[in-house]
Amino acid sequence: MQQRFIEISVGLLMLAGMAALTFLALQVSARGFGQNKGGYEVVAYFTNTSGLTDKAKVSFAGVTIGQVQSIEIVPASMKAKVSMKINKDVDYLSTDSSAVIQTAGVLGEKYVAIYPGSEDDVLTAGAEIYDTQSSMIFEDMIGKLVTNLAAKD
Amino acid sequence: MEQLARIGRTGIAFTQSLGQSALLLWMALTAPPDRLSREFRRLVQQLYFIGVNSVLIVMLSGLFIGMVLALQGYTVLSRFGAVEALGQLVSLTLLRELGPVVAGLLFAGRAGSAITAELGFMKATEQLSALEMMGVDPLAHVLRPRLLAGLISMPVLAQIFNAVAILSAWVVSTELLGIDSGSFWANMQQVVDFREDVVNGIIKAIVFGIVITWVAVHEGYTAAPNTEGINRSTTRSVVIASLSVLALDFILTALMFGD
Repeated sequence: MQQRFIEISVGLLMLAGMAALTFLALQVSARGFGQNKGGYEVVAYFTNTSGLTDKAKVSFAGVTIGQVQSIEIVPASMKAKVSMKINKDVDYLSTDSSAVIQTAGVLGEKYVAIYPGSEDDVLTAGAEIYDTQSSMIFEDMIGKLVTNLAAKD
Repeated sequence: MEQLARIGRTGIAFTQSLGQSALLLWMALTAPPDRLSREFRRLVQQLYFIGVNSVLIVMLSGLFIGMVLALQGYTVLSRFGAVEALGQLVSLTLLRELGPVVAGLLFAGRAGSAITAELGFMKATEQLSALEMMGVDPLAHVLRPRLLAGLISMPVLAQIFNAVAILSAWVVSTELLGIDSGSFWANMQQVVDFREDVVNGIIKAIVFGIVITWVAVHEGYTAAPNTEGINRSTTRSVVIASLSVLALDFILTALMFGD
């Protein structure tokens, strides 16, 4: 009887542990599952990626379709090369799509937004997105605004 | 000269006990195994004493720590108008740091001290030498199931702690602070990475589990066989285990999240 009680309560402990882990896996961390399995890589060159980080979102029409793999400088062109992993099921990005680095909210995190083009050919693994637009830098915008206002006076 | 000798003595004693405990761990784990069903039965027994008995204190602490984290996080975040980020603040704090560390400290206080006291008492009443005389290896029969049970229970307890704390933070955020339940979870899911946050937390908990039971077993096994000796060893067990958890946590964090 004693032994049986011990075995049952240890079984319950293990079940509770597994339940906790399942909860953490499914409800708390949606990231890290299935995002790196499959998918293809495309690159884009930006003159300024200020604030963009690895694992930042890549979105199309507001829907997340991939994430930034790496950001590095290409000395030859003096530009930053951003490699992005796009989910496998996204096979409709035309070759003349454009990539823009945007900010979620005023002070939010940076992400890459892809805007559709009009070509029939689609981007494949290793393709480059030619039409890019760099990070808006908040301080620069304020600076311009101030000079514009000053010029009007 | 006497001073110098004292420093030397302390150093030698420290190194000796370090080597002794490493040998103890090695011999307990590599001692020839018994019939598997008997090994398993002993392990279950220890899982009950070490794991099940610590569940209540771990869950209660998780409940209160989750609620406090939500309240404190709210007061800071509301200053920047970012209260929706409360979910990610609470979950990352718990999964990466507080879960394994607080569960580890509670485990050292609840289970580690019990192991040391039990072993010290067994030694004082010469149960361990009696086992040896009957040709039963106390390392395999007494120490190994405790070490394995600590290794298994700690990650389980830490995950229970995390789950309870996050749920209680959720209750406080939605019921008391009026944060939208949907944005609480969505914000959390956006940042929490299973591999990076949850799994690293489990690795930490496993390391803490090994270290805490290792310290407890060593202190109990080498306790002076009298009341005062058991007393001193139990205190030392909790102090050394808690400090090791905190120090190791820094090293593990630097390795895992350092770059």
